[in-house]
Amino acid sequence: MNNENENFLTGIKKFFKKIFKGGLGQLTIPVIAIALLVVFNIIRDPSFFSIAIQHNNDGNIVLAGNLISIINGASELAVLAMGMTLVTAACGGQDISVGAMAAIAGSAFVKVLKSASVINAPIVLLGFLMACLVAVIFASFNGTLVSVFKIQPMIATLILYTCGRSIAYWINGGATPTVSSPIISGIGSFIPGIPIPTPVLIVIAVAIIFKLVFHFTSLELFTQSVGINGSAARLNGINSTFIKLLSFMILGLCVAVAGTIGVSRLGLINHETLLLDVEMDTILAVAIGGNSLGGGKFKISGSIIGAYVIQMLTITLYAMKVSSTDVKAYKAIVIIILVVIGSPVIKAKFEKLMTHMKNRKKVSVKGAQ
Amino acid sequence: MMKKKFGSLVLVGSLMASLLFSACTSGGSTSTTSSTGSTGTAATATTASAGVIKVGVVNNPPSESGYREANVKDMEAVFSTANGYELKTAYSLKNDEQLQAAQGFITEGVDYLLISAAETTGWDEVLKKAQEAGIKVYLFDRMIDVDEGLYEAAVVSDMSAEGDTAVNWLLSQNLPEYNVIHIQGAMGSDAQIGRTGALQAQFDAGKMNCVVQQTATWDEAEAKKIVESVINSGDAFNVIYAENDGMAKGAVAALDEAGITHGVNGDVIVMGFDCNKWALRELKAGAWNYDGQCSPFQAQIISDLIQGKTSTSTKKIINEEKGFDAKTITDADIDTYGLGE
Amino acid sequence: MQDNTLLQMRNIDKLFPGVKALSNVDFTLRKGEIHALMGENGAGKSTLIKVLTGVYQMDGGEIFVEGEKISIRSPQDAQNNGISTVYQEITLCPNLTVAENMFIGREEGILVNRRTREKLAAKLLDELGIPARSTQQLGSCSLAVQQMVAIARAVDMKCKVLILDEPTSSLDDKEVNMLFDLMRDLKSQGVGIIFVTHFLEQVYEVCDRITVLRNGELVGEYLIEDLPQVELVSKMIGKELDELSNLGEIEEKEIENKEVFYEAKGLSSSDALPFDFEIHKGEVNGFTGLLGSGRSESVRAIFGADKVNGGEIKIKGEPVKITKPIDAMKHGIGYLAEDRKRDGIIAELSVRENIILALQVMKGFFKPISRSEAEAFADEYIKVLNIKTASRETPIGSLSGGNQQKVILARWLLTHPDYLILDEPTRGIDVGTKLEIQKLVLKLAEDGVSVTFISSEVEEMLRTCSRLIVMRDRHIVGELKGKDLNQAQVMKTIAGGEAKNE
Repeated sequence: MNNENENFLTGIKKFFKKIFKGGLGQLTIPVIAIALLVVFNIIRDPSFFSIAIQHNNDGNIVLAGNLISIINGASELAVLAMGMTLVTAACGGQDISVGAMAAIAGSAFVKVLKSASVINAPIVLLGFLMACLVAVIFASFNGTLVSVFKIQPMIATLILYTCGRSIAYWINGGATPTVSSPIISGIGSFIPGIPIPTPVLIVIAVAIIFKLVFHFTSLELFTQSVGINGSAARLNGINSTFIKLLSFMILGLCVAVAGTIGVSRLGLINHETLLLDVEMDTILAVAIGGNSLGGGKFKISGSIIGAYVIQMLTITLYAMKVSSTDVKAYKAIVIIILVVIGSPVIKAKFEKLMTHMKNRKKVSVKGAQ
Repeated sequence: MMKKKFGSLVLVGSLMASLLFSACTSGGSTSTTSSTGSTGTAATATTASAGVIKVGVVNNPPSESGYREANVKDMEAVFSTANGYELKTAYSLKNDEQLQAAQGFITEGVDYLLISAAETTGWDEVLKKAQEAGIKVYLFDRMIDVDEGLYEAAVVSDMSAEGDTAVNWLLSQNLPEYNVIHIQGAMGSDAQIGRTGALQAQFDAGKMNCVVQQTATWDEAEAKKIVESVINSGDAFNVIYAENDGMAKGAVAALDEAGITHGVNGDVIVMGFDCNKWALRELKAGAWNYDGQCSPFQAQIISDLIQGKTSTSTKKIINEEKGFDAKTITDADIDTYGLGE
Repeated sequence: MQDNTLLQMRNIDKLFPGVKALSNVDFTLRKGEIHALMGENGAGKSTLIKVLTGVYQMDGGEIFVEGEKISIRSPQDAQNNGISTVYQEITLCPNLTVAENMFIGREEGILVNRRTREKLAAKLLDELGIPARSTQQLGSCSLAVQQMVAIARAVDMKCKVLILDEPTSSLDDKEVNMLFDLMRDLKSQGVGIIFVTHFLEQVYEVCDRITVLRNGELVGEYLIEDLPQVELVSKMIGKELDELSNLGEIEEKEIENKEVFYEAKGLSSSDALPFDFEIHKGEVNGFTGLLGSGRSESVRAIFGADKVNGGEIKIKGEPVKITKPIDAMKHGIGYLAEDRKRDGIIAELSVRENIILALQVMKGFFKPISRSEAEAFADEYIKVLNIKTASRETPIGSLSGGNQQKVILARWLLTHPDYLILDEPTRGIDVGTKLEIQKLVLKLAEDGVSVTFISSEVEEMLRTCSRLIVMRDRHIVGELKGKDLNQAQVMKTIAGGEAKNE
């Protein structure tokens, strides 16, 4: 018993040692950020993370609480961040039109549902496929500008960022149509009998799909090679134009998923507000996840954690009744701190401090002997 | 060097593209609607009799908002051929295009000119010309900075009256206690200021308790998060005052997930604004309690004035603000006053 | 003697996580001396230089300049103490003028107007005999002149110690001589120069003294007269060097009887003029010529690395089309690029990922090599090529140049090519590894692989190749084999042969 306890303690010790040594690699910063936010919230309100089991108005048993709100609310962001990570890695730049594209995809989704007399599973599937198709087409437009015409990603995607929501407006003729169906609420909130919000399950599914894609293709290796050294990648026979375009197309699929979740949450498409300003949060999620915004090596898991950090921050501020106008400012401050901590300059300083402390320890041990 | 040049070229290109797009949205609707206007003219011209009243309407395009869409439809419905009118319309978000259109109507020789201006300034010249030509001018929805003598009357909305109507309705519910979640629209917009004012006064006077006051900038998803966070914190509330329908819908989604009842016979009173058709249907179903509206329907009032059915002593006519109660709303109300489809 | 001492480094230690990069190293530089710092890659040369210039902080030891103890915490400190560096890669701004480059980042530069600045610069350039105008854009000068401008800049900043880190690696002979003249000039003015290079001949041409490092430790300091070249090499790699000259000879008759593996007629690319070329199975041949003679461009055309404009290509007698690298790879051709950093390594990826890259590309997007398979491949080649790396998961960027090169070699060997093109595989790497690579080339040829080998060291090519194609001004001007394969004949052909291709 005692032994077990000791093992447990040394395990924890090892874990913290690993974290402080930066042994988690690029995940160090996001993991520390989450840990700090958790500790802060528990101190502020011990019941902050308590999870309640309750009946919702449809009579289903569901989980509720801040933790669920955080994980649920970050779903669109997490899905987008996964796709954005790939684009960032391959192209060394970001797509700032994801919010506008999500509005387009969401509008296309609703358009299909609205044109059917009755909303059933095949129609919803058709709508989703239409959203995917539309999003991939627009993403390929961005991707072509970036990969073929070598335009900087931010500038290339500025075009859709500017006019994307107008396009979304045209799709449904300016109206903000609503759709209501058990299938839609099943996608956007809960499936009867499953107490976990469906968007959370979708995020898990998307993450698994990414994992499988990485396992069954060379996407990860090729993307990183193109991002780190395009010239060498080309001389090793990699078609970098295709890899870049592909990263945008995959992002397009993520946008379609995020747009569909966004629309399904309330059964409403508002092209002006659907996933508004999500592009900046998405890029931040990628950055907080320890991925270089200049491209190259990446970790999808980092970006997912990054998304949850951002959402946890938002919910924490809401719980503290910070005015939502101010939330953005607070968010900015915390994010600046995170990104600065993650910068190479601070990392180097920190490492130096660690080795210094280690040396001192050694000296004192020697002295004691 | 080449790269730099190319980059700036692309920048200029994308700017041009965005300009083109914006030109398309405004310009496109102007041309299509004015062309339908002119075919309408041609049709009526064949059956023209002395009794036809020619009306020129200068308005913002229907794509501006759901409000404007309803407003435009209302104008077209009231000033119809059946009602003895010949309607010409011009829609633009730009003041100078509106001025040109008004000028055009004056040259064509309309009997009445109805204006909802994009900007409050720059209209003196045109209105004077209208006066010289003997054309009577009515303003609707928006005021213009000109001498009162230049127009017959202005039928406008009073945003704060809208908030007053809603808060008065809330007070009339005689709840033992008012714990309000107040979800605001984009801060600083006319609608937000008008809809917040009356409620803020109640908070300040201590008659109602503000559980949380947050802006969701018209974003329904944000509204849901705000309500979710209140539910999670365990604070008690019995009223949700959302400054538009979308945010009310977001708030209700949060209530539904938490298993909190709302609407008629529910624990929480839900209030929204805008009177979208879908929102009024929620109201009719008893899921919500109240929906307020900044009325887009000024056409009938103006028509009555033109035909002499009513008269006005003041130049400024405040359009009556509607507010619907879930208990009294009818299907007819939904058809008449609901926005959108 | 003591008076003469300019810089003294004593008992320098430098630790990196898990590695002791420098251990108790002494180094002494005297006034008016050119002092070569020699050692294999990973011996600690760069680390010592970086400690001296404030890029790294030492973990132990002392530094004295003119007898006074100083502490160097940043490059700025080093500069203030009169220590300047000119790196291998030019670190100036090519889009500014020569004069601007000489004054950029110096306080006194702000107060001086453009005209005076240009005048001062022109005067200095003239004094040092540097063939550049002060108003000229730096980017329009040749690499050598750019390097000399960097030196002039350092000199003008009143430097006492000038460090030249591989200054000659991208210069041709004429330019090297210009640089050496400048170095001798500075030496006569009393500047102490630390010269880091891989070119042994150059050391014997200009240096007075040599300090040799091995594995982060000091081997010794020698006067140039006391240390013949062969001994220097053995000191650097720590073993006697009989092997160096004993590389196997290959009978060229044997090769000519074998089938032709690759044949090109009129092959041209955006960078290479049309040329004819063929290589037999198991043959090692080489392209030689000065920098810019078109030797690299020609082999790039073979691999499809640049845009191919025309030409007929046959592999084993069958006509094929090779327009991009993947085509060449599918036909069994591998290409180790000249610029390892730019075209070879994927710096942040691990040794394992770098090794499997080309094979993975050939297998295709949908057939990834499994992790365990990849690890097996990596382990195998780390062992076969004796790659010095902490583990197979170490990022390749943190390996020394020679080991990086071995990883890239492993990458191509793993594809089991029939024809391997090696463009400068031994540039910037240490003697020991050079030898290993040369041996490997001959071993490959024995196994029936055709190899094209390019090196700027003619000596090395003569040792490995059985046929040399000589280029000048983007034309093939001669083909040497058999008894013609000697330094004199190569030089003669480079200097004055008749153009062969149009």
